[in-house]
Amino acid sequence: MMRAFVALLMALLALPAFAQDTMPPAPYAYNQLADPRMEAEASALMHTLRCLKCQSQSIADSDAPMAGDMRHQVRSRILAGENPAEIRGWLIARYGDYVSYEPEVSATTWPLFAVPVLVILVVAGVLLRRLGKRRNDAGDAA
Amino acid sequence: MRSRLYLWVPLALFAFFAGVAGYMLTQEKDQFVESAMIGQPLPDFTLEPAYPGLPGASKADFAGGKPRLLNIWASWCLPCIAEAPQLEALKAQGVEIVGIAIRDRPEDVANFLGRYGNPYTRIGGDPISEVQLAVGSSGVPETFVIDSKGVIRYQHIGDIREGDVSTLLAELEKAQ
Repeated sequence: MMRAFVALLMALLALPAFAQDTMPPAPYAYNQLADPRMEAEASALMHTLRCLKCQSQSIADSDAPMAGDMRHQVRSRILAGENPAEIRGWLIARYGDYVSYEPEVSATTWPLFAVPVLVILVVAGVLLRRLGKRRNDAGDAA
Repeated sequence: MRSRLYLWVPLALFAFFAGVAGYMLTQEKDQFVESAMIGQPLPDFTLEPAYPGLPGASKADFAGGKPRLLNIWASWCLPCIAEAPQLEALKAQGVEIVGIAIRDRPEDVANFLGRYGNPYTRIGGDPISEVQLAVGSSGVPETFVIDSKGVIRYQHIGDIREGDVSTLLAELEKAQ
């Protein structure tokens, strides 16, 4: 019993090990912009930016303090008149394509865009040949 | 016979992709997001002192003379305790270390430095991770080598272990 109590006490004492900062969130981390059009723009952008601390979430979905600080950057930059593409560019210049959930054509990503087009062309080619052949066969039979 | 072999192609392709996927599952995931700012000049910034004991930090503090370290840390960050002796060792080698304390309070900063030592010449307080984002850092601690012209030359992600001290010294040498 005593042992269990001591263990519990020590577990409680160890809680600060999981502590993050105790600072209040940045002004625009959880506060929306007053202008609904600007907020919509910011929100759309935040849903396509990756949270760096919690790598499978967007910054709009994450409660990590750093995601809050990133939302603050997005909102205050939108408020200052920057457009979403500029803000995305600013982040990509710092963290690479990784930070964006919206793939752009680049030296490493072009196959993503080229392969589907290629596949469609091949399929179209095969289909045309087959259909053309069948028509010829039908023509021969007639 | 030739057409028969042809039938195996889809299965072979499937086996290949399954193999690749299986192999990737056994590989450790790289959690580090490297800064794309290496080779770029430090962005403009000015930060208030993180606590009353030392001046704050700005881009101007990196201009001229010699390469310096920019250490991004926080008093609430446990690995930052682990790297404290290594920062002391670097300081003992004559390295100037400018700190940026992320989302920190003056009393916590003072307390941390009192306990684990103070290797810094300046510490700027960054309560909304503004400068951290501007240099492309994605966590604490991270350490950047800034050359004498204020250009970011090298990034060390995570706490500085004993073996990393010589690497950082070499990078500082390279950044002369």
